Amino acid sequence: MIQNSPALIPLILLAIAILIPVLALKKEKLAFPLAAGASFVSVIIACYNITRILNGVRISYHFGGWIPPLGIEYVLDPLSAFIALVVNVVAFFVIWHSHGLQATEITGRPVPYYALTLLFLCGANGIIITGDLFNLYVFLEIFSLAAYGLIGIGEKKAPVAAFRYLIMGTIGASFYLIGIGFLYMVTGSLNMADVKAILPLVGPNPAVNVALTLMVVGIGIKMAIFPLHGWLPDSYTYAPSTSAALIAPIGTKIGAYVIIRIMFFVFGVSFVDKEFPIADVVAWLSAAGIIYGSVMAIAQKELKRMLAYSSVAQIGYIGLGIGMANPLGYIGAVLHILNHAFMKGSLFLVAANLRKKMGHSDIEKMDSTCRKKLPWTTAAFTVAALSMIGLPPTAGFFSKWYLALGAVDKGNWLFLAVIMVSSLLNAVYFFRILENIYLKSPLVRPTEGAISPENGNDEGHFAGKEGYSLAIPVVVLSFSLLAIGLWNSAIVKGIIQNIIPPGM
Amino acid sequence: MTDPEIYRSLLPLYAVMVSLVAAVFIILSDRRTLLREFWTLAASVAKFSFVLLLLPGVLAGKVAEFTFWEISPGISLALKADSFGVFFALIASGLWMLTSIYSIGYVRGLNEHKQTRYFASFAICLSATIGVAFSANLLTFIFFYEILTIATYPLVIHKETQAAIAAGRKYLVYTLTAGVLLITAAAWTYRLAGTLDFKAGGIFGDVLLSPVTVSVLFALFIGGVGVKAAIMPLHSWLPAAMVAPTPVSALLHAVAVVKSGVFGVVRVVGFVFGPQLMRQFDLNIILAIFAGVTIILASLLAFRQDNLKHRLAYSTVGHLSYIVLGAALLSPASLVGSLLHIASHATMKITLFFCAGAIYVTHHKEKISELDGIGRVMPWTMGAFTIGAIGLAGLPPLNGFISKWQLGLGSLQYGSAVPLALLLLSGILNAGYFAPVIYRAFFKSPSTPFTKGEASPAMIIPLAVTAFLSILWGIRPDLFLHFYSLAAQVSGSILGVTGS
Repeated sequence: MIQNSPALIPLILLAIAILIPVLALKKEKLAFPLAAGASFVSVIIACYNITRILNGVRISYHFGGWIPPLGIEYVLDPLSAFIALVVNVVAFFVIWHSHGLQATEITGRPVPYYALTLLFLCGANGIIITGDLFNLYVFLEIFSLAAYGLIGIGEKKAPVAAFRYLIMGTIGASFYLIGIGFLYMVTGSLNMADVKAILPLVGPNPAVNVALTLMVVGIGIKMAIFPLHGWLPDSYTYAPSTSAALIAPIGTKIGAYVIIRIMFFVFGVSFVDKEFPIADVVAWLSAAGIIYGSVMAIAQKELKRMLAYSSVAQIGYIGLGIGMANPLGYIGAVLHILNHAFMKGSLFLVAANLRKKMGHSDIEKMDSTCRKKLPWTTAAFTVAALSMIGLPPTAGFFSKWYLALGAVDKGNWLFLAVIMVSSLLNAVYFFRILENIYLKSPLVRPTEGAISPENGNDEGHFAGKEGYSLAIPVVVLSFSLLAIGLWNSAIVKGIIQNIIPPGM
Repeated sequence: MTDPEIYRSLLPLYAVMVSLVAAVFIILSDRRTLLREFWTLAASVAKFSFVLLLLPGVLAGKVAEFTFWEISPGISLALKADSFGVFFALIASGLWMLTSIYSIGYVRGLNEHKQTRYFASFAICLSATIGVAFSANLLTFIFFYEILTIATYPLVIHKETQAAIAAGRKYLVYTLTAGVLLITAAAWTYRLAGTLDFKAGGIFGDVLLSPVTVSVLFALFIGGVGVKAAIMPLHSWLPAAMVAPTPVSALLHAVAVVKSGVFGVVRVVGFVFGPQLMRQFDLNIILAIFAGVTIILASLLAFRQDNLKHRLAYSTVGHLSYIVLGAALLSPASLVGSLLHIASHATMKITLFFCAGAIYVTHHKEKISELDGIGRVMPWTMGAFTIGAIGLAGLPPLNGFISKWQLGLGSLQYGSAVPLALLLLSGILNAGYFAPVIYRAFFKSPSTPFTKGEASPAMIIPLAVTAFLSILWGIRPDLFLHFYSLAAQVSGSILGVTGS
């Protein structure tokens, strides 16, 4: 059983995802514990997996006993184990938190919501663990279809946003599929390691270039690299807050992970950097995206929408680190996958808490009543915001630091300037909110009923109005940013440096 | 000059952490005034004691070191209490004790709101300041420097008025930009030198650098530390930040924060670039020109301020550049003078700010034009003010004279009389803008008689003590805290290694 651990997470999640509609058909209340339990088990297995690879070995698991390249191979290496842990931990906290939102955000639809959530996670974990290009496509579709559903459950405009995402996402997936086709035509294999071994023997071949381009563009849509981010702002804004909190930290990171896998571990560093410099294209587009996303975020009046544009910018950080194709940039990118997952996760959960308890998430309407009613949410927001700006000792500072080192290594001063300017733009849009929630006194003294749609749910002074189930996940996610920052070197040295792509 | 002996010790860690721990206790004792004030006082005394315990070692040429752990492969979060660090930490933590007493008098006198936030932020600021002082490498320095930036923000906006919020924004724009420049500079330096550990005489060693690289890198560094050091044209956040409560202006905007800036300048000049590089590329001349211009312009601008605190702020801008100038000249005496002025300006300017605060709390007067005859009702306060003002003008027997004397000497050692002339001119200007305040206070009669007298003892005692210290160290600069020996040690270590 336990030596099958690489395959366990996707299988368990898939099984429970199917069980939920059956078991919870009569009792809707069962959906949440099932989903939370499955997610918790995933976290445990992900933890176990990471201990298996800490000594730097690469564990290859042959699905069904078929030997690759004929059979499907699952690969457990430091990169996949690390990303899987990040994804499952964040997902667990978001699912935990979603319990308190059932009544407002996913009214009457907990069963489909939790089933889709688990399918989404199953897809994500499958993408992370698989070592097979076509199998990745299959999981990508599971993952995307679930995401469309998760977004579509939301408010009135959500189905339109979901439909738009569906169109773009399908185009992306098709691009990726055609890319695989080209690659298969040239190499005759679908196994990543196998393709990597065959490609150098192929020699210069336009089909390889086309394959890489198609795959990067296709996945680029999922990752929302500028200018392929069009689906993202509306989706995040109109999706239920809990879906947004799930998709924002996980969805785009999966895209980033796939890009890293394909560019560095299938095509190889020297190919994407020198022979067919698509890494440069990714880097420049990401740099543009960082500035675009940050500027657009400043212009937004609603918190979720602001966070959505901020995501476009933050994806740019990851893309920029990938595109630099040097070790420090790569460390920055992988570390930022972790940091951003925690930051955006907690920020979207903050938005969810505000919407539930204050009844809105309009930046201009926020004032110091937020802080008084939701002290823990506000504290979590503050830490996450400081991390987004990149101030020590939070995790965000170190993303900035490694990316800056990478840019200096690369000798590209423009990239360095972009990273630094973006940090200041982040400060502009986050301090605007911090000022409001700490310093702006409410204009009229509102009666209790007028401001909050939900009264009388005060679970004691210490937890504030948010109550433990809404406060703890947010606080844990956001305060971990301090720990991640202070001990980032352990992560970098223990995990990320073990999996620097060969030839970098 | 032999390298100092290094020993591992927890003292630097305690010195940094004690006020951070206190901040937690302060927050937990929300609404319990006495307990909260007790934590502040206890932490400040403990902090000063820890720093004091490091002094004998440093004087004997031993340096205490504490390494937390690696925060980036190859770079540790590390504290190192070298003579320069101990020097600065002594001043900051020593004056924090006095400021804590004063703060209590101030917030009680005004019945201030949100005192918990106030005292907690103050404690965190001091942790960050001592962290800056003891940073063993550039990344640790940035780490604490940025924490200092953020921890000061709640104090700047403390009043929560529109003006305070606007000042807070301005403060953030300047300081966060500076932080970003500093990180850029650090990343680049790491690439070039392969290390970020501060080293007396420079860290670049034999690395060959092109003139463009050196100039841009230096500009980035000075842009980074120059904001807090208020070198013109990066100074304008400082007068704006005077909207903060007076103890904040006194300790942070005359000692801790701004001195972290000049401390950074000296670190960059002496411990990153080193005298050789500075002279080779004429960086010292460029820095000296900026400092010289700042000294004169700030003094002239001070004349135009009717608000007492704003006048003091511009005076601070000018005096900070004394220190920068001394560092830029890079002669033995100028470095000693530069360091001594960190201490002298601290005791004198904090006295003046304490006085301004005492006047504000007791009589609610902020403008100089309203101070006619106040010396008769507040003899202690205005007496101390006069002492501080005389010292800032650079007259004996105050410590301001000692540091200025060394700076002047250093200017001649450097081989130019221009800096000396600037210092003398600035002394006259200082006398010029302080004289009207003293004249009004003592020799004019008030338009409406004052209803109250002297401020509370909690405020008078600290300002009397700082005024007394200014005189004491003017007569015996090496008494108690060995400022002179420490300054001479630092100067020797910066210049000694390269054998100038």
